[in-house]
Amino acid sequence: MRNAAKKIYITLIFLFLYAPIGTLMVLSFNASRTRAKWGGFTFKWYVELFQNDDILRALGNTLLIALVSSITAAFIGTIACIAMNGMKKRTRTIMMGVTNIPMLNADIVTGISLMLLFISFGFRFGLGTILLSHITFNIPYVILSVMPRMKQLNPSTYEAALDLGASPVTAFFKVVFPDLLPGILSGFLMAFTMSLDDFIITHFTKGAGVDTLSTKIYTEVRKGIKPEMYALSTIIFATVLVLLILVNLSPENRSEKIFKEN
Amino acid sequence: MTSNKNNWLSAPYTLWSAVFIIIPLCMIFYYGLTDKTGAFTLENITAIATAEHAKALRLSILLSLISTLLCFLLAYPLAMILTNMKISQHSFIILIFILPMWMNFLLRTLAWQTLLEKSGVINSILTFLHLPNINIINTPYAIILGMVYNFLPFMVLPLYNALSKIDENVINAARDLGADNIHTFFRIILPLSVPGIISGLSMVFVPALTTFVISSLLGGSKILLIGNVIDQEFTQASNWNLGSGLSIVLMIFIILNMIASAVFDKDGEGSML
Repeated sequence: MRNAAKKIYITLIFLFLYAPIGTLMVLSFNASRTRAKWGGFTFKWYVELFQNDDILRALGNTLLIALVSSITAAFIGTIACIAMNGMKKRTRTIMMGVTNIPMLNADIVTGISLMLLFISFGFRFGLGTILLSHITFNIPYVILSVMPRMKQLNPSTYEAALDLGASPVTAFFKVVFPDLLPGILSGFLMAFTMSLDDFIITHFTKGAGVDTLSTKIYTEVRKGIKPEMYALSTIIFATVLVLLILVNLSPENRSEKIFKEN
Repeated sequence: MTSNKNNWLSAPYTLWSAVFIIIPLCMIFYYGLTDKTGAFTLENITAIATAEHAKALRLSILLSLISTLLCFLLAYPLAMILTNMKISQHSFIILIFILPMWMNFLLRTLAWQTLLEKSGVINSILTFLHLPNINIINTPYAIILGMVYNFLPFMVLPLYNALSKIDENVINAARDLGADNIHTFFRIILPLSVPGIISGLSMVFVPALTTFVISSLLGGSKILLIGNVIDQEFTQASNWNLGSGLSIVLMIFIILNMIASAVFDKDGEGSML
């Protein structure tokens, strides 16, 4: 009885979380242009999607920004973790405090503050300013996933490598880096996801004429979302889902390593 | 790894956070505390007291408190059930809650319009079951629903992390010493999950308090939250000084939140990841 109640509760929550996603998937096959009524089943939005240059350009921008910003953030964040590990506790606490600011601050405040920075220092608004902003809010995700791994490291293994004649760089890449890698990967994936899903910060830091999927959808809200957008998000979601299932089914269970909770 | 030789490694991040985190925040204070000519003024901050702004702030606080509470009430039992399921892969649980983010946040929120409309999906089902219809689209209730929907994962994950870190032996010891379920919960589980609770509460409260997207998508653009007011000052009125001044007021709430997390969650135990 209790178990049944628990199962029903979990099912209801997941229905709540995934109902909008199901709705969007259904809408991507809706022949009617308005989302209010069902006009029969069609694949035409999927065909038209690939002829819609505006959407494809926005998709290109979104993926480019997500990829470049999360790789850069993974790089800067990992180096920062190595540096922080060797710091005095006080300095480290201050650094971690600063790292927490973009996590705990409101997106609208982060977005506005970066916009004011770019205006005051004469940056040209465009892909570059979006990229700088995304790197800024992505670094904390990397640091927060790598830092716990850093603390678990056994410093003796690194020292042993040095004693056995390895140079500091070799010792780092042979001994320390493999232990950090899962943290770096999960930080990178979190950063990539957050960058992909961001609207608010992009909204304030983008220039005229440059759009990501989010900002494009926001400007389309008033006139009505193009159904091609539903088709595109269905493709993205389905791709990620299939990839995750494949990774989870593989025998050595790599997802555990990638998304390992630290 | 503890040698000071590595200190130059901190340079890139120190520089980055100074330029893109600290200086931008100073810019908000600069703009917020000056007028268009650059002279010092408190007007942008006291502008929060005008009827229109105060109403928006009151509504924002009310709606975000309600949705934070709802998120907590929904998430705590869920996190407990998930913890007790003893799923060997913590990663799997995290994945399930992160996965929806791969579908655009604006589209997911817009989908609630389709679900909630007068002749929408939910009402069609309710009619079919001969139940009374719900008409909450373009009302504050729809905004609360949008907030709970969007921010629930930020409550579940810290709670789940905090709960799954509780040593089972502590719970078993309580049971051995004669505590019943209710005592075990209130004396052991709840106090030990405080870092997760605080982290979850602030992870939901801040974005809910400051959102302007959810209210403009589900509130029918007639309901103004403080986030909408600030957004309009920047994107339509181009009054950056007033927008910054109102942001400073918002930051007071955010800083209170940061202090609470720092006090209750010193080791970052309730972190989301």
